[in-house]
Amino acid sequence: MNTLIIISVLPLVLLYLGLYKAQKALLPVTIIGLLLALGCAISQWNDNAVPIYHGMMLFDNFSIMFSGITIVSTILIIFLSRGYFERISNHIAEYYAIILFSLAGIIVMVSFHNLTMLFIGIEIMSVSLYILAGIKKSDFASNEAALKYFLMGAFSTGFLLFGIALIYGSSGSFNLEAISSWVLDHPHVKDITPMFYTGVLLIIVGLCFKVGAAPFHFWTPDVYEGSPTLITAFMSTVVKTAGFAAFLRLFSACFAPLSAFWVPVLLVITVITLFIGNITALYQHSFKRMLAFSSISHAGYLLFAIVALGASSGSSVAVYATAYSIASIIAFGALILVQQQSGSDNFESFNGLSKKNPFLALVVTIAMLSLAGIPLTAGFIGKFFMFSTALKQYQVWLVVLAVVNAIISIFYYFRVIVAMYFRDAERAELTIPVYYKFVLGLSALITILIGVYPDVISKFF
Amino acid sequence: METLTKTIQGVPLNHYILLCSIIFSIGVIGVLIRRNAIVIFMSVELMLNSVNLLLTAFSVYRGDATGQVFVFFVMALAAAEVAVGLAIIVMIYRNTNSVDINVLNRLKW
Repeated sequence: MNTLIIISVLPLVLLYLGLYKAQKALLPVTIIGLLLALGCAISQWNDNAVPIYHGMMLFDNFSIMFSGITIVSTILIIFLSRGYFERISNHIAEYYAIILFSLAGIIVMVSFHNLTMLFIGIEIMSVSLYILAGIKKSDFASNEAALKYFLMGAFSTGFLLFGIALIYGSSGSFNLEAISSWVLDHPHVKDITPMFYTGVLLIIVGLCFKVGAAPFHFWTPDVYEGSPTLITAFMSTVVKTAGFAAFLRLFSACFAPLSAFWVPVLLVITVITLFIGNITALYQHSFKRMLAFSSISHAGYLLFAIVALGASSGSSVAVYATAYSIASIIAFGALILVQQQSGSDNFESFNGLSKKNPFLALVVTIAMLSLAGIPLTAGFIGKFFMFSTALKQYQVWLVVLAVVNAIISIFYYFRVIVAMYFRDAERAELTIPVYYKFVLGLSALITILIGVYPDVISKFF
Repeated sequence: METLTKTIQGVPLNHYILLCSIIFSIGVIGVLIRRNAIVIFMSVELMLNSVNLLLTAFSVYRGDATGQVFVFFVMALAAAEVAVGLAIIVMIYRNTNSVDINVLNRLKW
């Protein structure tokens, strides 16, 4: 549990550093603190975890796995932030602090053992993100993104809370174990009150809002497009992973025996999410907005693990989320560089990139191949794990639909590659800072490594 | 305290659930049809408060205090949300001189 304590104290230290104008120390201190937190998390691997803080949290392997993924993604994103916040304002310590507060909420979200902690974790994360979405105070798109995110986030919290209240009303506890044993004590469908079912449905609505699954996805493209690109990278990777971890933890711990009731609902949501995400992404002109829709479609693939709930669901979500997060970080990192040069985030601004910046073009190609799920990349392994979990549960037609969607997605991911390699444009060479080279190179390397040696990661999880 | 609990239990639990559902629905409808950011925000608060009422009612009926503790958490986090939300609305007002959400159309909705 030291992980959570370190990540909660670190932002306070950063705020003091900001107060004493130690701007240079911010980035190293953040990275060292996060590495320390990561080390603490990993050192508890395979400890026999028991619920701590009066049964409020349980830091088991599942939460260590997802804490690890989210912390590593945050470290990569924070490397990309070098020189980014300075262009927005002089007070950069606050930005790092808020990102870390948000990460603290995420750690709570992935290790909750009580519905109170689920709610508190989601709120700590969301309130920090509302601020981060609006950090460009005079940029209207950023303002709009912040307000939309805030109103939709608060709205969805209402649904989540009403669901929690109804579940408390029927089962008499917020504790996951108590709720689960209450469900097991009522094996007949008619024993469980309609109130409990309504609660489960409302929780599904609330969580689908948070992870951006259709038909509750309508805020996602606007918020992702309007927010500063670095924050969008954080939202679409770390936050999405955490949302799914919380979703999976709640449903596998409490509602698994009731799957006959909620699986049909989630199946419909999954199919709608896949089609809306992929088909709408085809029509986008902006690379950033295309990535927003692609994140919706990836939410659909991630929902597979919850629809086909089983022992391996946790590890397949972990593999998929790792592959997706790393590839998205490359895409957003490249977008930040291209945006700085051309001032636009359209596909055209990638034209002719391969002539002047072969390295950047290569890593973006790897990222796009991985997002599309082409073999020998991490994305393929992620999709493979996901689909094989679903096939084990005999959801054959679902897998067929998903493969159709994966084929659709190849079209829009390849538009970037075509723009970079086959379209010519007059452009100056981009200077890639060392930090970006490190993050982009490392992420591309991990993507290929997982793709070529999937055993490495399947042994890990 | 005993009498208070008795008074609350004098009303059947179903009535509380119905009342809270109605207040919650008013909040949801308010969010969906109003165009003023502050009114939408108030509707969200209405939703949260209906949840608080429901939790308190359940808590009294079950004689279990955790529901009421949860209400405190909801209140505290709602207050944090209000602080951030009003700041965002003020930021928008400074840029557009309006809190009507119809001005938020620069990004395709």
